[in-house]
Amino acid sequence: MAERTFKIWRGNKDGGEFVEYKVDVGPGWVVLDCIHRIQMQHSTDLACRWNCKAGKCGSCSMEINGKPRLGCMTRMNSLPEGTITVQPLKTFPVIKDLVTDVSWNFEQNKRIAPFKPRPRDADGHHRMKQEDVDRVQEFRKCIECFLCQDVCHVLRDHKAHDKFVGPRFMIRLASLEMHPLDTDDRVEKIRKEFGSGWCNITRCCTEVCPEHIGITDNGIIPLKERVVDRFYDPVAWFLGKVFGKK
Amino acid sequence: MSTSSTAIGGHQDTFAATLRSDRWWLGPTLTAAGLIAFFGYLTIRVFYAQYVWADPYMSPVVSPPLFTPAAGYKGAVPVNHAWLGAFPAWWPSFLPKSPGFFFPVLAIMFRATCYYYRKAYYRAFAASPPACGVRGVPLKYRGETALLIFQNLHRYALYGALFLLVFLWWDGLAAFFKNGRFGIGVGTILLLMNAFLLSCYTFGCHSWRHLIGGKLDCFSCDAQSRTRLGVWKKSTWFNVRHMQFAWLSLGWVALTDFYISMVSMGYIKDLNTW
Repeated sequence: MAERTFKIWRGNKDGGEFVEYKVDVGPGWVVLDCIHRIQMQHSTDLACRWNCKAGKCGSCSMEINGKPRLGCMTRMNSLPEGTITVQPLKTFPVIKDLVTDVSWNFEQNKRIAPFKPRPRDADGHHRMKQEDVDRVQEFRKCIECFLCQDVCHVLRDHKAHDKFVGPRFMIRLASLEMHPLDTDDRVEKIRKEFGSGWCNITRCCTEVCPEHIGITDNGIIPLKERVVDRFYDPVAWFLGKVFGKK
Repeated sequence: MSTSSTAIGGHQDTFAATLRSDRWWLGPTLTAAGLIAFFGYLTIRVFYAQYVWADPYMSPVVSPPLFTPAAGYKGAVPVNHAWLGAFPAWWPSFLPKSPGFFFPVLAIMFRATCYYYRKAYYRAFAASPPACGVRGVPLKYRGETALLIFQNLHRYALYGALFLLVFLWWDGLAAFFKNGRFGIGVGTILLLMNAFLLSCYTFGCHSWRHLIGGKLDCFSCDAQSRTRLGVWKKSTWFNVRHMQFAWLSLGWVALTDFYISMVSMGYIKDLNTW
């Protein structure tokens, strides 16, 4: 077992500080294992949200050495020598220690018009071909860890929570807009209410996604292009009027 | 156990504040250096406007030439190769007579509004943000909703790039013929490779990918949609490698121009079959 030093932020919305802990790390351990060891040996009141320990529940989002990551998917042997810093997510208000209040995200989800399928076929079924749903299935891999929301500088640094819905919900919007059965039109809201223009494509959301979803290339940029079709491209507008929407 | 005081969550809000322990600054620094080096070189070449022709090779920084200087410029494109001949008399005297001021500007527009290059220069030059999890410049931010709203016209720059591409392929193919004789030289290969890499970059463009199929919600609804699905999938292959092709093609344009200028100046003897 090798001893590693952690600096973990302890506190609440009123303030706090980094507290140093030393942990004997076993083979194959992840950061979340170390936090559990710290809870067991040093501070039983260290708050940390977690659940599946398998990278599928999206609960243990935190910032490890300054990078938004899942505690359960960050292997200790992948981290460089030296002290490891662990912080709560910056974009959301701290509740206690590593636990943040991410409820703002759930409020954004409620703002998005839900799936509105076309009428069923004559036999009462909805039919889609695999090639039509491949694209949106990528977006369904999202585990709502909100690492993308945390790293997005529009929310993180500029606090434009009232202007931009964030990468996670751009992906949700993309999954609905590109769905072959969906009939609702959200393009105007994507521009005006959900703030597609606020994203400047710096791709940090894609870099931190633990599910490797092509958030920028497959979600946000295609939505921006749909906004261009509707609002900025006179040729597309004209062709759409003449030949119908395609 | 020891402690140290800090801000809420341990997050400072000053420029470049971060607890990242890796060399996060390396990426934006290399990007800035690369962009300055390549675009700087190409800008100088456009303004210099000499040694852009070494029969039968025409530098991509002046192609296709609308006008060309009739005299006074060494290694200039011959007048009979310019679409409208020699520069007109009204051309301002303070500007060099460079064919690069016309159609090649379309390539600059295409790269300047490219979704990949936007990431590159927003990070490297605007520090907005410089790297993921690193505090950017604490200035008022409007994204691409105000001054930068013109980025939405990227597809028009794409149309210009597609137009240019036709002529760059033509230049590559025309470089097989010197004084009516078929042959091949190092310059021919460079020009063909230039057109090939620019094609790989252009056909991975996000706007292209959207227009040729991405805008559809149903790929299986009719024969045309199925065809577009096939093209969209191929474009996706290039799109995944958009950054690599962006840099490769940019570097190759500079390399091709440099080679042609060296041949034109007589510093390099072109290996060829003529």
